[in-house]
Amino acid sequence: MARSTKRLRDRLWWSKLYTFSCTRPAVSIDPHSVDGPGYARIVYCNKPEAHRRRPVKYQSNYTSTTKYNIITFLPKAIFEQFRRVANLYFLLAAALSLTPVAPFSAVSMIAPLTFVIGLSMAKEAVEDWQRFIQDMKVNTRKVIVHKGNGKFGHRHWLKVRVGDVVKVEKDQFFPADLVLLSSCYEDGICYVETMNLDGETNLKVKRSLEATMILDEDEAFKDFSAVIRCEDPNPLLYTFVGNLEYQKEVFALEPNNILLRDSKLRNTAYVYGVVVFTGHDTKVMQNATKSPSKRSGIERRMDCIIYVLFTSLVLISLISSSSFAQKTKYEMPHWWYLQPQRTTNLYDPSRPLLSGLFHLITALILYGYLIPISLYVSIEVVKVLQALFIKQDIQMFDEETGKTADARTSNLNEELGQVDTILSDKTGTLTCNQMDFLKCSIAGVHYGVGSSEVEIAAAKQMAIENSTLASSDYPDDIDDGFFGSTEIKLESVACENDNSKKPKIRGFSFRDDRLMEGNWMKEPNSDTILMFFRILALCHSAIPEPNEVTGGFTYEAESPDEGTFLVAAREFGFEFCKRTQSSVFIRERYPKFSTSIEREYKVLNLLEFSSKRKRMSVIVQDDSGNILLLCKGADSIIFDRLSRNGGMYEYETSVHLKDYGESGLRTLALAYRKLEPTEYNAWKTELLNAKTSIGPDRETQLEHVSDMIERELILVGATAVEDKLQKGVRFLFQMLANDKLINQVLILYAMQVPQCIDKLAQAGLKIWVLTGDKMETAINIGYACSLLRQCMKQISISTMSNEFPSQDAKKVLAFCLTSDQAIKDDILLQISNASQMIKLDKDPHAAFALVIDGRALSYALEDDLKHHFLNLAIDCASVICCRVSPRQKALVTKLVKEGTGKTTLAIGDGANDVGMIQAADIGVGISGVEGMQAVMASDFSIAQFRFLETLLLVHGHWCYKRIAKMICYFIYKNIAFGFTLFYFEAFTAFSGQSIYEDWYMLLFNVVLTSLPVIALGVFEQDVPSEVFSQFPALYQQGPNNLFFDWKRILGWMLNGVYASIIIFIININNIGGNQAFRESGQTPDLTAVGTTMFTCIIWSVNIQIALTMSNFTWIQHLFIWGSIIAWYMFLSIYGAFSPLISGNAFLILREVLGPAPAYWLVTLVVTVACNLPYMVHNSYQRLLYPLDHHVIQEIKHFKKDVEDQRMWTREKSKARQCTKIGFSARVEERIRIIKRAGSVHSDFVHAGFIQSMDLICALHVVVEL
Amino acid sequence: MNNSYAGPSSASADASATRRNSKRPKYSKFTQQELPACKPILTPQWVISVFTLIGLIFVPIGVASLFASNNVVEIVDRYDTECIPKNMTDNKIAYIQNQAINKTCIRKVRVPKDMDQPIYVYYQLDNFYQNHRRYVKSRNDAQLRDEKKANETSGCDPEKTAANGSPIVPCGLIAWSLFNDTYTFTRGNQSLTVNKTNISWKSDRDHKFGSNVFPKNFQNGTLVGGGSLDLNKSLSEQEDLIVWMRTAALPTFRKLYGKIEVDLKKNDIITVVLKNNYNTYSFSGKKKLVLSTTSWLGGKNDFLGIGYLTVGGLCFFLAAAFTVVYFVKPRKLGDTSYLSWNRTDASTWLCIF
Repeated sequence: MARSTKRLRDRLWWSKLYTFSCTRPAVSIDPHSVDGPGYARIVYCNKPEAHRRRPVKYQSNYTSTTKYNIITFLPKAIFEQFRRVANLYFLLAAALSLTPVAPFSAVSMIAPLTFVIGLSMAKEAVEDWQRFIQDMKVNTRKVIVHKGNGKFGHRHWLKVRVGDVVKVEKDQFFPADLVLLSSCYEDGICYVETMNLDGETNLKVKRSLEATMILDEDEAFKDFSAVIRCEDPNPLLYTFVGNLEYQKEVFALEPNNILLRDSKLRNTAYVYGVVVFTGHDTKVMQNATKSPSKRSGIERRMDCIIYVLFTSLVLISLISSSSFAQKTKYEMPHWWYLQPQRTTNLYDPSRPLLSGLFHLITALILYGYLIPISLYVSIEVVKVLQALFIKQDIQMFDEETGKTADARTSNLNEELGQVDTILSDKTGTLTCNQMDFLKCSIAGVHYGVGSSEVEIAAAKQMAIENSTLASSDYPDDIDDGFFGSTEIKLESVACENDNSKKPKIRGFSFRDDRLMEGNWMKEPNSDTILMFFRILALCHSAIPEPNEVTGGFTYEAESPDEGTFLVAAREFGFEFCKRTQSSVFIRERYPKFSTSIEREYKVLNLLEFSSKRKRMSVIVQDDSGNILLLCKGADSIIFDRLSRNGGMYEYETSVHLKDYGESGLRTLALAYRKLEPTEYNAWKTELLNAKTSIGPDRETQLEHVSDMIERELILVGATAVEDKLQKGVRFLFQMLANDKLINQVLILYAMQVPQCIDKLAQAGLKIWVLTGDKMETAINIGYACSLLRQCMKQISISTMSNEFPSQDAKKVLAFCLTSDQAIKDDILLQISNASQMIKLDKDPHAAFALVIDGRALSYALEDDLKHHFLNLAIDCASVICCRVSPRQKALVTKLVKEGTGKTTLAIGDGANDVGMIQAADIGVGISGVEGMQAVMASDFSIAQFRFLETLLLVHGHWCYKRIAKMICYFIYKNIAFGFTLFYFEAFTAFSGQSIYEDWYMLLFNVVLTSLPVIALGVFEQDVPSEVFSQFPALYQQGPNNLFFDWKRILGWMLNGVYASIIIFIININNIGGNQAFRESGQTPDLTAVGTTMFTCIIWSVNIQIALTMSNFTWIQHLFIWGSIIAWYMFLSIYGAFSPLISGNAFLILREVLGPAPAYWLVTLVVTVACNLPYMVHNSYQRLLYPLDHHVIQEIKHFKKDVEDQRMWTREKSKARQCTKIGFSARVEERIRIIKRAGSVHSDFVHAGFIQSMDLICALHVVVEL
Repeated sequence: MNNSYAGPSSASADASATRRNSKRPKYSKFTQQELPACKPILTPQWVISVFTLIGLIFVPIGVASLFASNNVVEIVDRYDTECIPKNMTDNKIAYIQNQAINKTCIRKVRVPKDMDQPIYVYYQLDNFYQNHRRYVKSRNDAQLRDEKKANETSGCDPEKTAANGSPIVPCGLIAWSLFNDTYTFTRGNQSLTVNKTNISWKSDRDHKFGSNVFPKNFQNGTLVGGGSLDLNKSLSEQEDLIVWMRTAALPTFRKLYGKIEVDLKKNDIITVVLKNNYNTYSFSGKKKLVLSTTSWLGGKNDFLGIGYLTVGGLCFFLAAAFTVVYFVKPRKLGDTSYLSWNRTDASTWLCIF
């Protein structure tokens, strides 16, 4: 049969290899009791039609992440809009403007409101539509479903029902939560990648029940029928309780039988499964928290400002209306020209209270100009344009994936400038999960000349550091020597050109001629080296797969490290080529022989890796009958298990391991042991006993047995694998010395992720890593990203026993119940101990790192512990949480957000990060990889982690400043305008007459002052973009909220009040006075005064914004001066309309005001007087207390950075926050150590010499590349 | 500008379907926010010179304004209290409302300085809320302009229609409360003609008040307000009405009554024969007669000059103050020691090296 050839590999019975997890207990466990609440679900397998009726009618498989649908859009979106207080107020005002109480025409109220709301709602609609399109893409994916009579056919995901039998093929996603029935493997196992659920990339083994294992053909499902009773939908990813009733027997279902939606089938041709949970019932959807509508901190504060303005509005309205009532009651009866005896309720002197009440409404509408209606819409417009700039930024374009950065919800732009804590996912975010074999230590000798990214970057940093130190230490006139002035030119070079010499082998960057090409034979310890290679080639659980293209093999390994080892072994001449049930075949190539020899090693046992054991071993018998135990594992574990003679190289190896760790590499120690056949046989019986034992201690027994044999090891060496951080571009590194170009153009990889982390750390941001990965992996990445350092004090918090045997969920539960309190107490103790330790530490340079494990975290996040935990975490320089579930990620994020009250940013790439992305103030999704869930849930998406630097430091900072300035200005402008209306009321007996024409008021916010403020919001730059990466400390202006604190807001408010007073007083006393304002003797009327006053306002506020701006492109010029010109143009056009429209403003500019010198003179004096305080304040501050950006502006303006490069470089190196993480911290520490050493030997060693030495070392590393 | 904005993005969106690399944002100075920009910096020199410059401009303007204002000769005569017969002072309202009493009153004013023609004659009312919302709204421009629209009286409440329902032209409270005191002037024996033409805005006469619109039903109601109109003169010729219809901004206002087109000499005694018709007694408003010349800035008003002098002086002071500060505590521009990370007194979040 064709099938049998195709499934050659499938004959392996994996359960024999996987001695722990895959071994079936001799007796199957009892079925779960699935009665009672929470266990009500019944699934009739292969009878989806049975689920059409209640009570077993379940959710469809349609999933939706949209906020609205066609019916709910209008009410919901309108509701959203009117959640903004200001909008609600304007709605009310618009409604009232239809009544006679309105001081001006209804159109001038309704039109702007409709415009504002309409624009905002259109934006919502477009955003939701995009979400819908994305949902439909998922919902219309196809899956093979049993359609009856053993026939299978394709069907859309959304049509999959509970009870359906589906067939999922290799590399497909599961459409729903399935119970695995059978797979292409005869023992019913399959491999699953759960990256989208927990971010882990290693494959997990799932297996079917033995009873259903044989159902591995389409036809077998013709008459298949079974019933599943199980738990109700819940968000717990790692538990499942249920029973399968099949052929009149009841079998217990475990988490291991469940294939979860959004995970992927790997290394398995196909599986059959029955659908148990669909759509929103699936565990992954249950995990998804509702996507909240987020608002930025500035916007929340803006609401406060609106409240303040509203309060003052109500206040002046009350003053106004009570005065009006007073006047109406006591004075109006005497005003015969108003015919007080024939009035309406609005002005009835006999009912002053009622008139007062009506007037209150009038006043509220009239002074509504205090509340800037166009503020929201202007901000929205500005944010959309800012988002466009973010999208257009070439700095954030990823050449490889062709993706740009994207602001998916633009209402958080300014929040980017205020981030305090970054919570990052690891896999796919920081690393690209691609391992590279880089170095090794064999028999105490270090091999491998390549440099890790960490080293390269450290070297580069050192070079910069030294040159700046050197230059600042010496006076100018002395010859600074070789490293006097250093210029680093960064230039991105296309990535593809770097493999010019050798075709690079994926996963192998090792360079050392001593080992390559068979040269290892000539090394002194060649037998140890041979053993090292054998361990690499044998100690694993991978499967080779012939690669038709290259003729070699690719390896399907459980973890990427393992694959790397196999590639390395192959490159060293030990190619793993075949695995059978009992043997592993290695093609060994020795330089002596021209052809390779194929050797068979019998695999007797495989003791698999677990995060608790931290090691794996194989017991093999080679062709000469020797039994060997080969072991690889964490150094601490291996070192503990060495025999007395086995630790020959222990010291050297541990030194190397420390080195590797510092370089950010993942390390494993390798060891072996020779076993005597008698010894092995004795042990084998023990193992068998343990395997067949029943009961809770089976696992412990197995562990104990394996522990027995993994002793007395002989150390061979250690490996160092680099987990490639996300790729960056290469940089051209150029050194200039004493004006002579020393042609040292060095090309090096800049490892962008650590550099980015470094920059972010220098900008004062705290970075937490939350990962689903193992603790060791997480720690290694911590090292690679410079989040951790060797000399950091590591605080590890974990539960007493890290991992529970996953065999029995119920037992875990029972265990938890009994010892819950004990574990919690223990964790509290650990936390308080650690806090104590930090408190007592005297060293100011001491840095602490907190590493916490997911289980411990679940306790630490409980209400009574979480604040202790948070306080501890805040004191630590880096925080790494490992093995966290998506929900925990969200909870941690929420804790940081709520506990510290600071802005948090969560960044991730997978579905497992969705919760955290939604919980954080800002969610950033990495769009470089295939999964789109994170991006869909995010507020911003970037292609790579490193773009976060540009996104935060440049765009974030700009947006923050722009929006902050813009809002302040908006408030100023509306106060300046609104208050003049109020003052005038005092002269009209508070009757509600406005001094301005309706049209002026309508246009004020919408046309005449809107464009400059939008230009401010979109184009303002305090300093150019490149300065931000040079001076990351500038970013702190955002988190410290320097530009939007209450002091500044109040300042602007007062400025507005001042301007309104100046405008009003000068106008009223000049043009507004009873005197003639022209030579021809005419006295001004209401309109003339109003128009003059309005002209003054237009000039004042536009000059004010010009003073506020620090960056004038032609756009700003056009908008500001254009607005002023637009006002005069409007006046002449409006004045040209028939008097029926323009009323008293007919020909106002041409005939009335234009020819009057007084009109122009008043405008001039008011404009200057209004802006005087701001000018003075600004000049004073700049002169005596300049802010950072002021000084940098000046440096840039006078080109000092070009003239005095030394100063510029020096400042650049200083301009960062005290940071205890990142490269700079590492380099600083190194410098501290060197200096300390230098001071000791200062008698004969010049400090400068040490620095140059250091630089030479650093350069050395660089040259090696 | 919007075009240049939308350009690159829409272009890239179109092309994205075809090639991946075409998604690359097109480089332009605009999209990369690198447009050439002028970045003014408030340097001390700049600040000082700006303040000095403002001072230099403003002080002369202020002086010129004050001069202009000083040159204006103004005679103000309050007559509402004087023009009541002694026996009626306790019952002013009854006096003014009594149509039977002759309201003629004679006032004598002395010219303090030479006054060159034209001499503008104003009446000034106090405490008269021409800017009251009820009052301002109470008119209909369409009706004033077009004889066919006589029926348009919307907004004219409560002075819309006569008792028989026919519309009042001009309707509304403003017209109804038209000022109706009159003045005649004599110098010695020589009577001074008051030219009452061209006292209103030309545009008002030409466009706002129809030349074929005649008053109808005006002041015919039970309640008589202010002055009445000549039924045979079109509205565009009734300049007193036109002036009156331009509502004033403040409760104290002057309106042009006419022009005397002869020069008056110092110490001339002008005899004013006036008809004290208008009721300001109800609301205790004052009535004043004003004779005034004008300057290029208009009437007598020192405020503008004082304003200019104040601002100009302040700017000189500020320029001096900044100069002092600059010399006492100079700061080199771009001095890096002012950067937050170089300042030891900086707040705690700053890095101290």
